[in-house]
Amino acid sequence: MRRRLPEWFVLLLPAFVVVAAVVLIPLLFSLYSSFTPYKLTRPSTLWTWIGERNYERILTDWKFWAAFGRTVLFLTIALNLELLFGLGIALMVNKVTRGQRTLRTVLMFPMMFSPILVGFQFKFIFNDNVGLVNNVLQSLGSDAALPWLVDGNLAMFSILFAEIWMSTSVFAILILAGLFAMPRDPLEAAKVDGCTPWQSFRHITLPFLMPFIYIAMTIRSLDVARAYDIVQIMTGGGPARRTELLWTLMSRTGYVDAKMGLANAMGYVSILLSIAFTIFFFRKLSAARAELGMGG
Amino acid sequence: MTEVTLSNVIKRYGVHQAVHGIDLDIEDGEFVVLVGPSGCGKSTTLRMIAGLEDISGGEVSIGGRVVNDLPPRERNISMVFQNYALYPHMSVRENLGFSLHIAKRPAAEIKKAVDEAAAILGLQELMDRKPAALSGGQRQRVAMGRAIVRHPDVFLFDEPLSNLDAKLRTQMRVEIKKLHQKVGNTIIYVTHDQVEAMTLADRIVLMRDGHIIQVGTPLELFNTPVNTFVATFIGSPPMNLLDGVVTENGNVRLGDGQELPVPTAARAGVHVGQQVRYGFRADNLSPVGHGVAEDGDIAEIDLRIDLSEPLGTETLLFAVLAGTEIQGKMLNPRPVTPGERMTCRLALEKAHIFDAETTNVIRSS
Repeated sequence: MRRRLPEWFVLLLPAFVVVAAVVLIPLLFSLYSSFTPYKLTRPSTLWTWIGERNYERILTDWKFWAAFGRTVLFLTIALNLELLFGLGIALMVNKVTRGQRTLRTVLMFPMMFSPILVGFQFKFIFNDNVGLVNNVLQSLGSDAALPWLVDGNLAMFSILFAEIWMSTSVFAILILAGLFAMPRDPLEAAKVDGCTPWQSFRHITLPFLMPFIYIAMTIRSLDVARAYDIVQIMTGGGPARRTELLWTLMSRTGYVDAKMGLANAMGYVSILLSIAFTIFFFRKLSAARAELGMGG
Repeated sequence: MTEVTLSNVIKRYGVHQAVHGIDLDIEDGEFVVLVGPSGCGKSTTLRMIAGLEDISGGEVSIGGRVVNDLPPRERNISMVFQNYALYPHMSVRENLGFSLHIAKRPAAEIKKAVDEAAAILGLQELMDRKPAALSGGQRQRVAMGRAIVRHPDVFLFDEPLSNLDAKLRTQMRVEIKKLHQKVGNTIIYVTHDQVEAMTLADRIVLMRDGHIIQVGTPLELFNTPVNTFVATFIGSPPMNLLDGVVTENGNVRLGDGQELPVPTAARAGVHVGQQVRYGFRADNLSPVGHGVAEDGDIAEIDLRIDLSEPLGTETLLFAVLAGTEIQGKMLNPRPVTPGERMTCRLALEKAHIFDAETTNVIRSS
């Protein structure tokens, strides 16, 4: 007599199969390949086990750490500026009484564009010969043709600009949602209690918005940590790797140099970055929610 | 000395006028209740005094100082809100001390004031909790504590009890009254509940549609209402009102031909053929031997009791007179069977005559 599989297992089996096929197996495969010298051009290298040599190589590779550090810097600057602008925009839009719905929709336009197109657009805007920015500068009387995408710092600035242009509205929308959800009474109580508008904002509004801000931070930190498309289009990580971020480095290693094993190892190291940021912001989020009495 | 004076105060929202030129003098230390049905402009008036709404016209002054253009923080008032309006991210202690903290008072002084307020309201046990961990009554007490801490010139209460259950409401009512007796500040209190108004107020301001209808002590409003609106709004159950016509022999003929004598107080003010509403309270209509004094100006009415509500010390009786449902009261009650016929006595000196058209009361003087 054959024992039958338990019913719950049979019912869940299709889900298991799908998850295994699209997530688990690729994940395990990439993990395995990060311990091999796997080169796309020589498939047989997949079967050579080299232990943690890829990881050793990464950890001692200054190019990787430069990209890692640059990504953290990029992330920090982008998130903080987006928060600042998003908060400002949300506070202003919240004051608008007429046409607010339209404004809210307009606000989301940048999010509707493909990052690739945004990249191309800004590549044109910042072009040192025919770009809009230099054109404007020159018609204002400056002779300089600033090398926006060629100079390392300026290129970083340009990429940040594009990234912030595209994604500030994520913060703006989420913070605006927070402002809408905010009860009016405590603000009025604060007014009566003697708060100036700034004090009301600092002591009442901002603490209430913190959970919303941390949600936006979490989402955006994951987004920015895998920034690739805009950078790839605008500078391709160049010039001379001066705007190289983790993901452009990885794609260069994996597809251009065809060292897939090494690229996968980089992927696993850089995932730590995302995990660290996510944990950080989630802790902050829980703390902020607990502070508001919303429960863990 | 902190009197509050409103002169010709107007509030407009676009073309809609919510408050129509209110005049009101509130004395130092007085407990004034603004009461009226929802939408009567009472909360708007309070919020204009607080500075949370712009004043469209007229003048509000607190302690002799015109405050029309001052922000709330410069008016030295505190306000207790309907939804408590506690700061959710602050503990009870921080909530209580917030206004002093903002005013940059020394820590020792803040602590003293907070502890004092906590003692008055019995909040000592709850000082480190967040508002989310408090019950409705506790939150309301914290909100009141926050108001006390500042030692304001005027307390403003905006329907502070309407989110509490009936039992707690009665309790808090007593606490508010005690608080007033203890601190003695001017209080302006808004409610839609006439029981709260009656029990708390030194003076009631009854409003409707942005107008003040009557101002007076609770008993003045209860005993001498200026029109049928006041008569039915103040007092529970509302005053019975019967439609009728004044006849030649000094009676009011009701819809079914039955006649009741015009009360003494109104006799000189009515004329024959006038359409009137005859008003009397349930308290002044009782079965023989069960309430209304046996002597004095009395009318006897024969009633068929449809329904009775025993309340313990008294029983509320429901009957139909001249096609209108009326209520009477039976003191030292005995059991009543539905459909029972009773002879009831109506105290005429407590009855009122209102003009059917203007709804205003008719009195001789």
